[in-house]
Amino acid sequence: MASKVIHAIYTDDDLLLQAVKQVRDARYHIAEVYTPFPVHGLDKAMGLAPTRLAIASFLYGLVGMTVAITMMNFIMIEDWPQDIGGKPSFSFLQNLPAFVPIIFELTVFFAAHLMVITFYMRSRIWPFKTAENPDVRTTDDHFLMEIDAENHDVDGLSKFLYDTGALEIKLIDNK
Amino acid sequence: MIVGAIGLVYGFIAAPSTIEDVKEMMASKGHHESAEAEVVEQDSHAMASEHAQEGHAMVGQHEAEGHGEAEAHGDEHYEHVLHQLQNKPWAALYVAAFFFFMISLATLAFYAIQYAAQAGWSPVLFRVMEGITAYLLPGSLIVFAILLLSGLHLNHLFVWMDPEVVAKDELIQHKSSFLNVPFFLLRAAIYIIGWNIFRYLLRRNSLRIDEATDGRYFKQSFKLAAGFLVFFLVSESMMSWDWIMSVDPHWFSTLFGWYVFASMIVSAVTVIALISMYLKSRGYLEYVNDSHIHDLAKFMFGFSIFWTYLWFSQFMLIWYSNIPEEVTYFITRIEDYNIAFFGMVVMNFVFPVLILMNSDYKRINLFVIMGGIIILLGHYLDIFVMIMPATVGKEWFIGIPEISALLFFGGLFVFVVFNALTKAPLLPKRNPFIKESQHFHY
Repeated sequence: MASKVIHAIYTDDDLLLQAVKQVRDARYHIAEVYTPFPVHGLDKAMGLAPTRLAIASFLYGLVGMTVAITMMNFIMIEDWPQDIGGKPSFSFLQNLPAFVPIIFELTVFFAAHLMVITFYMRSRIWPFKTAENPDVRTTDDHFLMEIDAENHDVDGLSKFLYDTGALEIKLIDNK
Repeated sequence: MIVGAIGLVYGFIAAPSTIEDVKEMMASKGHHESAEAEVVEQDSHAMASEHAQEGHAMVGQHEAEGHGEAEAHGDEHYEHVLHQLQNKPWAALYVAAFFFFMISLATLAFYAIQYAAQAGWSPVLFRVMEGITAYLLPGSLIVFAILLLSGLHLNHLFVWMDPEVVAKDELIQHKSSFLNVPFFLLRAAIYIIGWNIFRYLLRRNSLRIDEATDGRYFKQSFKLAAGFLVFFLVSESMMSWDWIMSVDPHWFSTLFGWYVFASMIVSAVTVIALISMYLKSRGYLEYVNDSHIHDLAKFMFGFSIFWTYLWFSQFMLIWYSNIPEEVTYFITRIEDYNIAFFGMVVMNFVFPVLILMNSDYKRINLFVIMGGIIILLGHYLDIFVMIMPATVGKEWFIGIPEISALLFFGGLFVFVVFNALTKAPLLPKRNPFIKESQHFHY
């Protein structure tokens, strides 16, 4: 994959945020930003679409709720009705209060676990994966912005980035 | 300028409150003229003949209410119904008075939490909260007056106050070292004086912070708020046993204080949000942005779920164990108050969850107002269902006394709150976190 990118390194999150806005205003394309911690407002500054994880989570919760209701109905009502505390289990509705904690727990369980798994899949993370991180310092105290330089004048872009406060500017040329 | 402009709002608000005064006069006619109750007695004979057929089915309920009328036949039964009907306007008055009082009390608690947590997002809303807590003094005095009248046997909201009932009732006799009129009123006085002192000091400090040159008063407010929260947690819990749980003197629930607290705080946050949005729409709160509303709506959403959690915890344990002395509480509510009891769960849980779940909807005033109104009505019903079954029994109905009492106290509440809002600039300008709050952006 032939690509030409520029890695610009910043040392401060406010500076980075400002730089991201300037770079976008100048109509350069930011491929990715690597930061040691989540920077508040960075997603909006980069123009990323809002996450749909919440909707997925809601749907997973509904799945969990359905599973719990079906499960409790089968176990306690259909398959093996028992008389517990003077409350014979012949009807789902009459025993509903006893099932609510289970329904609640499974709703949360499904929503939480499936949401995390979805997040991993969307982020393309799995066990034993080698890190994509281009510079180990971004796990410590540096911020790295990756800008597409394919169709741009590299010198001009470098100059521009330097003016935004970049500490280090590197051209990565994958031939 | 601001003060003068808000005076206009207050004038606008004052008008409806006079109409409500008229309505209250109608309502007060209802309970001052006991002659009306005589007339009602005739009606109740007609109604009671139906009831007599159900007679034995009702016995359980009478026991639950601790009236000691296990042999409720004939005249005794009519008398019982008559008492319940006489109680009705009083109970309506008490429910509405307590409802608005609890809003201002919980607002004070919410306000104190902001100070104790040194919250950065909320200082622009402090004056709104202070305005709402201004109702604490009149509200608590009205509630105290009603309790005092109960203590003087002018009404029969609290059945354990009746010496005849206590003489026949062994369970209440055992509780009478706690549930007796002088100690009850003393406790009420302690809570009310305590809350009002804290309210007065916090408000005074808040105004002083604006004038001061150093941070001394802010530190003092922090300590006061922390002290208030400790006092509030204990006193609120005991207040809910005294003022609400004791109308069913046989019944008890260990999480009742929390349950009432959840109801209080969600109503309080809702009222803060509604008043903030109203003032914002009139252009008085220029620094309140949709992120503040979003945060308040999050609290509304969260506390609604918290309320449901407690409601269900209380219900499920009692439902499952099915111990007669506990379960009567819910049997009365499910059999006689079915619509109100389950309707309020829908209003307080299902509706807010569906409306306020979406993050974007919490920023849209229309949705927050809709959710807020439903939450407030739902929590009025919640208090209604707490008080009514023990005081009015089957004779409940949301009619003129209930609605006019609600309107009267609503009018008084709005009048006092907006009057208090005119007394100080709406922006606490020297609060150390005011800058952060003005630029608050989620």
